[in-house]
Amino acid sequence: MLNNLAVNYEEAVAMILFGIGFCTLLFHRNLVKKIIGLNIMDTAVYLFLASMGYIEGRRSPIADPSVPASVSAFINPIPSGLVLTGIVVSVSVTAIMLALTIKLYKRYHTLNLDEIYMFAKNEDIG
Amino acid sequence: MKKNKFSRFFRWIEGGQKDSLEQKIDTGAEIRDGAVPPSSREKLYALLEAVPENRKKMENMEIRSFNRLYQVLCVLVCVIFISVLLLTVSYLPRFGGDHNPDNNEVAQRYIENGVAETGAVNLVAGMILDYRAFDTLGESCVLFTAVTCVFVLMKSLSSERTIPLTKDIMYDMSNDVILHQVVTFLFPVIMLFGVYILLNGHLGPGGGFAGGAVMGAGLMLYSLAFGEEKTERLFNERTFQVVSTCALSFYCLSKSYSFFTGANHLENIIPKGIAGNILSGGLILPLNICVGLVVACTMYGFYTLFRKGGI
Repeated sequence: MLNNLAVNYEEAVAMILFGIGFCTLLFHRNLVKKIIGLNIMDTAVYLFLASMGYIEGRRSPIADPSVPASVSAFINPIPSGLVLTGIVVSVSVTAIMLALTIKLYKRYHTLNLDEIYMFAKNEDIG
Repeated sequence: MKKNKFSRFFRWIEGGQKDSLEQKIDTGAEIRDGAVPPSSREKLYALLEAVPENRKKMENMEIRSFNRLYQVLCVLVCVIFISVLLLTVSYLPRFGGDHNPDNNEVAQRYIENGVAETGAVNLVAGMILDYRAFDTLGESCVLFTAVTCVFVLMKSLSSERTIPLTKDIMYDMSNDVILHQVVTFLFPVIMLFGVYILLNGHLGPGGGFAGGAVMGAGLMLYSLAFGEEKTERLFNERTFQVVSTCALSFYCLSKSYSFFTGANHLENIIPKGIAGNILSGGLILPLNICVGLVVACTMYGFYTLFRKGGI
């Protein structure tokens, strides 16, 4: 297993990065830090996709129009396109999360999730 | 707490509630007027005070035990999660191998017939704006929807703001001579570079998303240096609406036409051009421009929405 991990080091690093983001998401009570954690997880997904499309010793998929393109010269272009989708969705989700966080901060004057829960619960009782 | 230049930032991040600039600038968080009722935080603390003593004690114990359980479970979940992921990676095919299962006939088709079928030299651009153009339309719509959501959320906030943002001297750069000179020099260069990336999307690395992001960054820099009034002459809410809607509609209609004729084996009047020229690739160049405009509007829109609650 360790041997295989050393061969697939780029995917392994992506997974560790994903784990770091997941830990940040779980351990921190601060909403901004949770958003940072989610963004780290997104980055890990991009790294994973990019490394899945990579083929050793080949160039990026920009063809020379005078020569007919052969599949043995270029890396796989599909994961590169998928990373683009991921980046766009990540930007949009981050923006909406930040806007909601600002909304929560304006109401409860805290970014701590526990305090927000506490205030919201007592608000219901009151 | 360390006393370096970031200490204020860390204090804000860790403390969560106490903003060190709270008395100096308007963060929109507090209403400073004798006539208005106390801020909602005080009200909420008053509500907490009203909870009976014995129930508070019980709740505190519950919270403490829950927190301990939460930490233990978090560690467990994280360790299990990462080990399962690493185990999966160890079973994946060799990194960089050319016979990996994702290098299948789809990628082969895109590479071998891409230049002839789409007219784009950059095979990724040909893929995302021709073969998979509906995917990219979806992405542009996601961006537009996100801006709309943030707009709705921030708009309701800006009406609650009591002190106008013009008193926000701490962040006002409109009297900074050095910044003005640098931005006067840099803004045209940045915009030109953005346009270059945008128009070269089918010939080399770049395209609508990258070029649009660069142009959005240029607009942000301009707005930071010269203030909102000057930027509004260049780009206001009306421009945002017109540009985004027109770009998205043009994308939608032109690509629908191309898909309709392609699926029914009809004659397509859009010329492919000679691959490698700037005017080639059929619809890819106009679609790149559309995507770039939407992205630039979105990036600048996010910035200005978070800064002053409206475009």
